Amino acid sequence: MEHTPAEMMVVAAARRLSNDDVCFVGIGLPSAACNLARLSHAPDITLIYESGTIGTQPDVLPLSIGDGELCETALTTVSVPEIFRYWLQGGRISIGFLGAAQIDRFANLNTTVIGNYRSPRVRLPGAGGAPEIATFCKETLIIMRHSLRGMPKKVDFVTSLGFGHDGQERDRLGIATRGPSLVITDLCIMRPSPEDNELQVTSIHPGVIPKQIVERTSWPIRFCAELEETPFPTPKELADLRNLYLRTESVTGRNT
Amino acid sequence: MEFTSLSKAIKRYVRDGDTVAMEGFTHLIPFAAAHEIIRQGKKDLALVRMTPDIIYDQLIGTGCARKITFSWGGNPGVGSLHRLRDAVENGWPHPIELEEHSHAGMANAYAAGAAGLPCATFRGYLGSDLPKFNPNIRFIPCPFTGETLTVIPSIQPDVTVIHAQRADRQGNVLIEGIVGVQKEAALAAQRTVVTVEEIVEDLNASSPNSIVLPGWTIDAIVEAPGGARPSYAHGYYQRNNAFYQEWDSIATERADFIQWIQANVERGR
Repeated sequence: MEHTPAEMMVVAAARRLSNDDVCFVGIGLPSAACNLARLSHAPDITLIYESGTIGTQPDVLPLSIGDGELCETALTTVSVPEIFRYWLQGGRISIGFLGAAQIDRFANLNTTVIGNYRSPRVRLPGAGGAPEIATFCKETLIIMRHSLRGMPKKVDFVTSLGFGHDGQERDRLGIATRGPSLVITDLCIMRPSPEDNELQVTSIHPGVIPKQIVERTSWPIRFCAELEETPFPTPKELADLRNLYLRTESVTGRNT
Repeated sequence: MEFTSLSKAIKRYVRDGDTVAMEGFTHLIPFAAAHEIIRQGKKDLALVRMTPDIIYDQLIGTGCARKITFSWGGNPGVGSLHRLRDAVENGWPHPIELEEHSHAGMANAYAAGAAGLPCATFRGYLGSDLPKFNPNIRFIPCPFTGETLTVIPSIQPDVTVIHAQRADRQGNVLIEGIVGVQKEAALAAQRTVVTVEEIVEDLNASSPNSIVLPGWTIDAIVEAPGGARPSYAHGYYQRNNAFYQEWDSIATERADFIQWIQANVERGR
């Protein structure tokens, strides 16, 4: 079955999630990947949204982190101070799932400004829950489209810490969590290198050639020695994802 | 506590120059009250809200705000808040001051405010650039372990405005569903104004642990059915996601925005 790069990205991200995960879900691509996992191979995964909904099971993709269905289908809904204090800071979340406008070679994320903070060229929405998700989940997954603008050598603003500007900032700050373990784009999968935490390509999606990745990354991107090809989306994975999008469109009238 | 009209409540309890928190995390956003603030032309407000959302886009675009304290300033699931961006990027209708936090920071600051503390202590902003630009984010050593902890001032608004499902005749208020930070924001404030879907004989709380704000913690209650639209009221009506998407085109250009405000806010509803 034919698939789009965007479908490959969401499917590859969903594969990484399992029944045992307790996942703090960002809106957009992370939410699509987490719900695809829940509706296919990981029905018992626990999804938590920052609106305080724990163990939520929406039938369609929410537009916002606080859509009514998230609360109606949740095991329980707690206050926003509680979700951040007891559950996130308290160390109860295994995986944080984030997107960003920019990511750099040490997986630092920018969702704040393009350009200078005081007089920005583009004012982005800001931090939301991300700075603490990035440091208190046991590990974080990042999903975003691969582009030159989105993959600068150094982000304009570190909203959420990856490994800092030299790859060693987590150690210096005494942060015990693992940090970004996987970056999934529409071209490839990247992981921090075991030597210096710089992102390197570990798996290329089918039909993508390395040159495309090089041309859409602002730093000289490295490819690991045992480079893999990401397995094609299976017919079932594609069907599950498309059904989720179709259901969302028919229930909400929204273009997904 | 008094039962009153929306115009009297805003006139009496929201003053020019006030620090105003209008909370509701995606759910129960007090739009009717915000529109009354716009109609009364309140000025120089220091607006506090975790997710400014369309509601503060409207207050910023109509010139009510001098400062915004926030943690995520987008149109959820849609994109930018164009009026917020126009104020920050181009100073229209006038420049605004930003105090920028993370959700964890704001949530902790409200909880500290409700607890009567001067500051919130937690772990946050580690490795982020936010503390470089927000002098209110500081770090102290834990006196017991030596660990570096984050402190920010508590949020104690002059007035908090929230929307809730219902109040009873004694003015006790029930909040259900995604409860956000409304309880903390209300208890942290000097004055609290609550708009409700309806005023009833019996609150019919679904559990003895439901969130109920006693009438004696509230200054004014206003019956404002539909007062959270286009956000939603759990048990009453759903979020108007289509409007959130439409807002993107309404707010992109100044002229379209002004026209929308004139047609939908200035002329009442």
